[in-house]
Parts: sequence; structure tokens; C-alpha cells
Amino acid sequence: MSIDIKIRKGLNLSLKGAASNTLKTVPMSTCFAINPTDFHGVFPKLVCKEGAYVQVGQTLFFSKYQDSVQFVSPVSGTVKEIKRGAKRKVLEIVVVADKKQQSVKHKLPALDKVAPNQVKEFLLVSGNWPFIKQRPYDIVANPNVTPKAIFVSAFATAPLSAQYDVVLEGQQDAFQTGIDMLSKLSPNLHLSVGAEESSQIAQTKNCTIHRVKGPHPAGNVGVQIHHIDPINSGETVWVVGAEDVANIGRFFQTGVFDASRTLAVVGHPLSTPCYFKTKVGASLAPILKDVGAENLANLRVINGDVLTGTATLSAGYLGYYNNTVSVLPEGDRYRMFGWLPFAGPNIHSISNTSLSWLFPKRQYTPDTNLNGEERALVVTGEMERVFPMDIYPMQLLKACMANDIEKMEQLGIYEVAPEDFALIDYANSSKIEAQAIIRDALDLMYKEVG
Amino acid sequence: MIRKQIDLLKKPFAKGSKFERFAPAVNAFDTFLFVPNHTTKKGAHIRDAVDLKRTMVTVIIALIPALIYGTYNTGYQYYTQTDEAFTFMDAFIHGSFKILPMIAVSYGVGLAIEFAFAVYRGHEVNEGYLVTGLLIPMIMPVDIPLWMVGLSVAFAVFIAKEAFGGTGMNILNPALTARAFAFFAYPTYMSGNKVWVSEASNVDGISGETILGSLASGVSVDYSMFEMFSGAIPGSIAETSTLWVLVGGAILIFTGVGSWRIMLGGVIGAAFMGYMFNLWGANNLMQFDWYSHLIVGGFAFGIVFMATDPVSAAQTNRGKWIYGILVGILCILIRVFNPAYPEGVMLAILLMNVFAPTIDHYVVQSNVNRRLKRKQNSTTVQTAQL
Repeated sequence: MSIDIKIRKGLNLSLKGAASNTLKTVPMSTCFAINPTDFHGVFPKLVCKEGAYVQVGQTLFFSKYQDSVQFVSPVSGTVKEIKRGAKRKVLEIVVVADKKQQSVKHKLPALDKVAPNQVKEFLLVSGNWPFIKQRPYDIVANPNVTPKAIFVSAFATAPLSAQYDVVLEGQQDAFQTGIDMLSKLSPNLHLSVGAEESSQIAQTKNCTIHRVKGPHPAGNVGVQIHHIDPINSGETVWVVGAEDVANIGRFFQTGVFDASRTLAVVGHPLSTPCYFKTKVGASLAPILKDVGAENLANLRVINGDVLTGTATLSAGYLGYYNNTVSVLPEGDRYRMFGWLPFAGPNIHSISNTSLSWLFPKRQYTPDTNLNGEERALVVTGEMERVFPMDIYPMQLLKACMANDIEKMEQLGIYEVAPEDFALIDYANSSKIEAQAIIRDALDLMYKEVG
Repeated sequence: MIRKQIDLLKKPFAKGSKFERFAPAVNAFDTFLFVPNHTTKKGAHIRDAVDLKRTMVTVIIALIPALIYGTYNTGYQYYTQTDEAFTFMDAFIHGSFKILPMIAVSYGVGLAIEFAFAVYRGHEVNEGYLVTGLLIPMIMPVDIPLWMVGLSVAFAVFIAKEAFGGTGMNILNPALTARAFAFFAYPTYMSGNKVWVSEASNVDGISGETILGSLASGVSVDYSMFEMFSGAIPGSIAETSTLWVLVGGAILIFTGVGSWRIMLGGVIGAAFMGYMFNLWGANNLMQFDWYSHLIVGGFAFGIVFMATDPVSAAQTNRGKWIYGILVGILCILIRVFNPAYPEGVMLAILLMNVFAPTIDHYVVQSNVNRRLKRKQNSTTVQTAQL
């Protein structure tokens, strides 16, 4: 069954530096790191020690408040370092991969005989559970809650982000298995694909397929949930990344934890942006060297897309949920009279106070300049233009800034995740940090209500 | 080069230095020259080119046609009433001598207060006053003494704006508050027929009655439609020319800075109310054609530049329609029913400024109710399944 969702509001940013469709494999002999801060709200209890040997799928740490949720190593090798920050907060667990990979093997029953509670059990024990996130709050799913539905988005609209027809190429079989298994956890399993999606993914069985059409953020799973089956207060839905569905599928096919990642390395400063096959947590240095970012000075490496990612070092590691690494030049430069209307037509703007509307086909080469300074909220209506939900974004943001829990609830805080406000970050003329405000508000809600 | 000089000059204002407190004032000048080198720290890593400064300057650009015509009209009214021969430049220069000092006083007083508050509160100077400071002289009668302009500005910035928390927090439009202050504090100066034309109070031959003033006192109007539309009539400095106000309105709508919903809503509301009164037709003001209502007095200027102030107007799209239509209706109502003050648009907008949060509240509440209803429906489905 196919249901169409048409999104009208939003913005497709056309940027230079998209990944070509060539797929490269990174040699396995690099470092990998799991970063507990990727799992928002999880307080890690370490199981491993520095210098210990771990196998693929062996637990590195578990969640202090939900000890059934385990976080496992994506590769086998030696734990080289456990990096800690202020107050001994665990920042990174670095594992040096062995040449020959050893894996923890789970004994699984035949696929058609796996009972629903067994699916959950195996996902938890094997370390596959963190692939499942929940809304509200945009955190690792709570295994004790039964979700009203599970959502998978195989439609990427964020600027320069990895496209799922490339990512899932050759993984369709594992993807179908993953869907079969997840559908045992909830009968309402929704898969969204692009309106023009012609690959086998659009033929996936055991789920409701939605064809989604429209500009970014149409590919955001939160927007899709809002149009398919919105979250009411007290309800929970789970979301799983499309490639992680395939990872879960492969686990049920082989009994081995597999955290594969097809990664798009993008950005206009790069000479050869392209896709890589690697594992979660891979060291970024060899990959960046491969795309020609090594000799470039004053760059920002972003774990994720340019709107929602987090800045990292060029010696950093691939984040757990990311399939895009973006590289941008830093914008720490002055522009004389750059605030004049119609100045700087090479900087994109959705507002007609810039001439960029004259060049609809131009591919832009943005940098990280803020293009202004933070100011009071003055202009109205600009947030609504890029926010395709039946929610008043500015009113919600104001409620969040005021920590007004009741009002946030009324205005729909449960339906949003920070990534849904990424374009508001981008487009608002007051330069307020909408994503950060929503993240803080979700944390507050989780503490008070969750 | 220039950049280095500025960085050198800014040194004493850096964090931890002696004059750190005054950094906002210095930054205001610096960012006026250069878009700063700030990069994104959290959230989206790339940002749109638009910022508040650009938005506000766009409004100023939109105001300039009306300002230039207003300057010319000041001279034009003076020379035609005194029956002197004049050229375009004569009129323009006469107007400039009247208007430039008012603009200087308005910016001087207003920005001084804004800077003081920015330093006191430790935040950057917001650009909102750049627009307010130009609007205030543009909506004053031309013969108003400068000290009154200064006092009105001070009142507006203190009471209407900073008392509520500064830019983005004010309930009332500051420029209109300045106008209302001047009107209610000095009624003898601000009404009658002696202030609307330059030098009217000094030269006996000049009678500068505005059209609405004449109508209210029962005198019929002898200006043609074209004069009313082009603006060759007495009135506040920049409000008279509907033509040039419309040019500004077109700039605002095209750039998306001003809300077309409010503007269109206002025109619909005023036209409807004017038409209703035409049908009634009990006195001169009621008989005044509904379409003429749209082009005389400050209606066009108010609805294009004042009602669309995003901070004091309704903030939701549906709210903007309601707000705009009500401003239009109230404007004509006040014009027709209030003989003491025939210009209604100022009071109509100020009144609706006060009600804008209420309008928004009900619009947003309907969204909240929709969400609650959805929840109830889904719980009934779940119980039914059980």
C-alpha cells in the first residue's frame, strides 16, 4: 500500500560538493571510537578497561538507568584509550582494530520462529538496541515501553546528505529481514521513501510504505510522523535509521553484531567527495585524507549534515548515527557593509532582501559565518515558511525559552526533535539557536515528565 | 587596513579590559561597518545571509520614497499657500531645512537612550530603532517644535519600548506611541489648522487644514482625487502621498519584510467600513467616498509601515488577517465618529497593538485544541480496541 505525503513548506539548499556515486572501502586497520555523548541522556557505566581485548559485539558500557541497554564494540581489537573530560565524563572509548576480526556469535532460532519478545531480547543482548531511538525526546528507546508505531525514513533531504539508494545498494535483503523483525515489535511499521524512489526499497514488504514528496525537511522522520500518525502526549514511537534496519537484519541473518555504515563525505572544499563503506565510529583521518581534505587549512569537519551535525576534529571519529561527514571552510572573516540589502549575492538567502532568488540553479559554497549577530526575535512568519508541521514554531520556542512546561506540552513539544528546527536555525534573521533551545527543552521535559 | 585600525581601537573594550562595559556601544558602530567574523558555535553550521540589520535597513529603503516626497511637499505646501514662485529644488530645500533637524533630534535622543540601555543591560544594540527613529519625524506635523520631537522620542523609547524589555518585547509600536504622546500632551499644537503647513503659525495667509479636519468640521473638500493620491495635500510630513507610500509598500511586500496579509486585511477592512458609511451617509464624513478614505490622511502610511511592525502586530498568519482587517475597520470608525480627532489610523493601530496578543492567543489556542482533540480521538480508538 502506498500513501503519498506532500510537503510544501521547507527549503532544498543547493550546495556544491555532493558525493559522487563512487563507493570506496576504507582499510580496516584504523582506530574506532564509541562516543557515549552520541547517545543523548545515557549515563555510561563502563565494562571494559584500557588495554583489554574486545570482540565485535562485546559490551563496552551499558546505560546506568536502563542496564539492559548495552553498547558494544563495532570491531574487535584492543581498547587503546578511554578519554575522559571534565568531572571524569567518558568522552571516547577508542578501540584499535585487529587484522582478523573476532565476533561474539549469538545463537538464534530460525527467523520465522522468533517470537516478538525474543526479538527485543536479542536486540538488547547483542547491542543492536541503541539503533532504535524514540520520540518524544529523541533519545535511545526505552525497552520497557510499547511504542504505538515504528518509523523508518529512507528518504534523505538534508543538504548534501547521503542518499539511500546508494546507502542501501546491495543491502536490500538484510533491510527486508530487519523490517520483518521490527514489525514483530509493533504492527504499525511505517517506511517512507522518496516519491520517485524506484529501487527495491520501495517494494519492501511487511510495512506501510509512504511516498513523500517535497523539500527538506520532508525527509526528517519527525515531519513524516507528524503527517502519518502524530504523537500525542503519553504516546511513544520508535524510529530506526534505514541502514540500521539493514544492520539489525544482518544480525538476525548471521547472529553477529554488524554496525556497517555507508558514509557520504561531502563539502565544496573537497576535491573528490564520495561514499565510503566503513563501520560506526571509524576514525575520520584516513577518510578525509582520501577525499583531499588533508592539506586544507581552516576547515570545519562536521559529523553529520551541515544543518544538524556536530563539529569534530579532523582526527575525530564518525558519530554513531551519522551517515554524512561534511567539510566546510570556517567563516571567520569580516565583510564590509555585508549587511546592506542585496549585498553578497553569493551567500544564499530565502529572504528576498538578497539577490539569490535570481539564481535558482546556482550551487552555493557556504562557510560557517553567522552572517550577523544574535538579536531579539523581531521578524515573524519566517520560521513558519520552513516548518511543515501544524505547530507554531516561534510560540513553541518562546515557551521553551521560558521553561513553561505546560505550554510546551500544549504547543506540541512531544512531536518535535532538534533536527526539525535546523532550517529555523538557518533561516531566522535573529540568529537564535533553535535546535539548542529545543534540545534543552526536551531534556527539561524528560526530567520533569518523562 | 581599516579592519586593523578598528581592531586596534577596540582593544580597550575587549573582555577583561578597562572599558569592557561599553563594548556594546562600540560593537554597534563596528558591526555597522563590517559584518563580524562570528562563526556558528552550535546548531546549524551554515546560516542565511539575512539578519536583523538587513531587515531593518530594507524598511528604511522602503521609507525613502515617501520621505523624499514629504520633504518636497513641505516646501510645496508653503510656497503654494504663500503664492510665491518656486522650483522643485526650492521646495525640496525648504522641506529639508524643516525635516532634517527633526530626524537628527529623533536619532540623537533615541539612539542615546538605546545605547545607554544596551550598556546597562550588557546586550548588543538592536537595530529596531533605526526604523523607529526615522518613522517618528515622518509622522509628525511639520511645524512641531524640536523639543517636542525629542520629548516624544524619549517617552516612546523609555515607556513603550525599554520598560517592556527592549526590542522585540514591546506591546505598542514605539513610533506611534511617540505620535500619540505628542498628540495628547500638546493638543493645542497637534491639532487645528496651524501645524500641518510649514510656517502656518507665523504667516497669517496660510491655512493648513487637513482634508479629514475640514470634513470633520463640516467643510467640503476641494482637492482632486489625483492630488489626494499623489500627496499634494497638507498633513503629517510623509503620510500624504499614497503613491509613494505604495512604492514603499511594494518594496516591503516584495522583500517579504512587511506582511502583505496585514496590508491587504487593512485595506479590505477600511474599504468595507467606508462603504457601509457611504450607504448610511448621515454627514460629510460618512458621505466621503470609501475609496477616498484609503488615500487621505495617514491610512496608507499607517497600514503599510506602522501596522506591519512585526513586534507589535499579530504574529500568526491567521492573526495577521484578523488584525489587519480590524485596524482598517477601526480606523474608519474613529474617523467618522470622533469629531475631536479626525485621523483614526494612529488610534486604530495602537488599539489593535494592545489586542494583537489576544488575537494570537485565540489562534494558537485553536491549534492547541486541535492537538487535544486528536489525543482524545486516539484514546477512544485505543479503548475501543481493548
